Amino acid sequence: MSGEHAGLLGVLIAVLGGAIRVGTPFLFVSLGECLTEKSGRINLGLEGNLVMGAMSGYAISYLSGSAWLGVLAAGLAGALLGALHALLCQQRNVNDIAVGIALMLFGTGLAFFLGKAFIQPTAPRLPAIALGGWSGSPVVRAALEINVLFVIGALLAPAMGWFFRNARWGLMVRTVGESTDAALAMGLDVNRVRFFSTVAGGFLAGVGGSFLSLYYPGSWNEGLSSGQGLMAVALVIFARWNPVSCFYASLLFGGAAALGPALQSVGITWGYYLFNAAPYVLTLLIMIATSSSRRTLTGMPGAFTR
Amino acid sequence: MKRRSLLKGIVAAGAASAVAGLGSRAAWAQSKVRMGFIYVGPRDDYGYNQSHFEGKSAVARLDWVKAVDEENVPETIEVVKTMESMINLDGAQVLFPTSFGYFDPHILKVARKYPEVKFLHCGGLWDASKHPRNVGSYFGYIDEPVYLAGIVAGHASKTGKLGYIAAIPIPQVLRNINSFTLGARSVNPQITTQVVFTGGWSNPVKEAESANSMVDQGIDVLTCHVDSPKVVVETAEKRGVYCCGYHTDQSALAPRGFLTGSEWNWAKVYIDYAELIRANAEIPNLVRGGLREGIVKSSGYGPAVSAAAKQAADAVRQKFMDGSMVVYKGPIKDNTGKLVIAEGVEHGQTDITLESMDWLVEGVIGTTKG
Repeated sequence: MSGEHAGLLGVLIAVLGGAIRVGTPFLFVSLGECLTEKSGRINLGLEGNLVMGAMSGYAISYLSGSAWLGVLAAGLAGALLGALHALLCQQRNVNDIAVGIALMLFGTGLAFFLGKAFIQPTAPRLPAIALGGWSGSPVVRAALEINVLFVIGALLAPAMGWFFRNARWGLMVRTVGESTDAALAMGLDVNRVRFFSTVAGGFLAGVGGSFLSLYYPGSWNEGLSSGQGLMAVALVIFARWNPVSCFYASLLFGGAAALGPALQSVGITWGYYLFNAAPYVLTLLIMIATSSSRRTLTGMPGAFTR
Repeated sequence: MKRRSLLKGIVAAGAASAVAGLGSRAAWAQSKVRMGFIYVGPRDDYGYNQSHFEGKSAVARLDWVKAVDEENVPETIEVVKTMESMINLDGAQVLFPTSFGYFDPHILKVARKYPEVKFLHCGGLWDASKHPRNVGSYFGYIDEPVYLAGIVAGHASKTGKLGYIAAIPIPQVLRNINSFTLGARSVNPQITTQVVFTGGWSNPVKEAESANSMVDQGIDVLTCHVDSPKVVVETAEKRGVYCCGYHTDQSALAPRGFLTGSEWNWAKVYIDYAELIRANAEIPNLVRGGLREGIVKSSGYGPAVSAAAKQAADAVRQKFMDGSMVVYKGPIKDNTGKLVIAEGVEHGQTDITLESMDWLVEGVIGTTKG
């Protein structure tokens, strides 16, 4: 009976730890997508940025010996892909959804091509901060090994919320996203604002990728991302384009992904296909529950309603 | 006389040119043995695909062999395209589609279309009564080194809890889990093996999550059956528990906690096949072998392995080598308590019934039905 108790507690701790470990890439990608979408453009290609970021981060960390340089490189690789997306979408009659899908395939393909040489070597990884030192339980300590990137992401979410509400630039991004006409009347350069929003969004997604390859699971290979970049895009809609909600949603998705392995490892062995599919089921349920044919979603940038 | 020999000459020349189209291909095929290899993942994944790539590289070094390969081919209509292009463009005489899911329906479909090409599938699915004659299967009894790894793990574990991270519950995977557990329980009958099925051959995030959860539950030896054991082995090392490798040698990834591992030696299999083809000999439809035949081997022992563990494992290795070892010897119960192998019944390694295993042995915590 005490075993059962420890088991359920174990699941809870594993899901909590998993929420943080698995959720961090979701967090960065969704914050990036949130920023881009707030400016009135959808970048579906962030999966490509994520994979490209994972590869470049690992490669640069291996070549330079510094994991943080790797994170920077991952961000820059993501920013480059973002810039490409922005430049293509500025052209006349170019559909941003189509460009996003094309760049997703391009980014993953390029990462596989350039990443061949880095599957085998072991690169320096990012360090963790042990926040669980107070606990005598090694389980709790392991769950509270927090990566600095998660902390940065957790601070970035409210900062971005504040930025949209109060900062001049944030208001510019929102204006461009809400109404191109109003932005033009104010004398804003719509393309330029969207360009920088997409580049910054791409940067964040790239950093999210470096978390995968440099911290958790902490190695580069071609099967590294199982669609986290795509799910993060859905997550932004679920979070109603609110950065702080993106943070909670990322934790929820991360925890859902950790549920399957955690249940099996305490001996709850039935239904593992179902539990392994939990994040995808969650995505679907949320989409169904929040959809309505009569009203538009609150928080949705005006540019998407037309 | 003169006219007749002239006519004969013309006829001969005509006949020669008529067969030239066919003949050139035959002659060119004779000059080199053409082999095609298909992998489901990247060929340098520290795992299953790399083990096949190493085999392909070994056979490609023979100057009378021309080997082509393609990596990252999904188990879909894609593999049909790859197989057809290897046959039509590269002139492959024999194909090695190495992933389990390639077999049905893809290999079966293409094999019926190209009866002159041999399709050799890695796995245990070929059935003489149902499948074309130009299809065959080859596999190694890798559960022999896995059993030895179980013995070593049984000696190393302090908590008596072992962890197995597996992709999906197919017979080969279940056989490895069972052999590992039987090996460990031959040391200490109280040992349990916790299984986590991740649902896919390559899912690094889930593999890391499973490894962490199991370590949290007090499991102190981890092993796995997924395409690339790199993540599991590295996570085990990071968490300070022991691990056993799989597919290829991962000792470099876990210098402290690596115990031993089970590796393929496909080079031997592929070179044997190439020689049969060169000699124009009949290719057997079923090729099997274990430690004795040199198709599988163990990785070297890590620094954490005790002398007693080495001695115990090497004694059983000796029995595998001389053919006297039987892993599946009754009575064996499954983990629901049902008697699956009765008292006095022995299933030797070559016994084909073991290749349709659908149960988990007593001591394994897990189920084959998701």
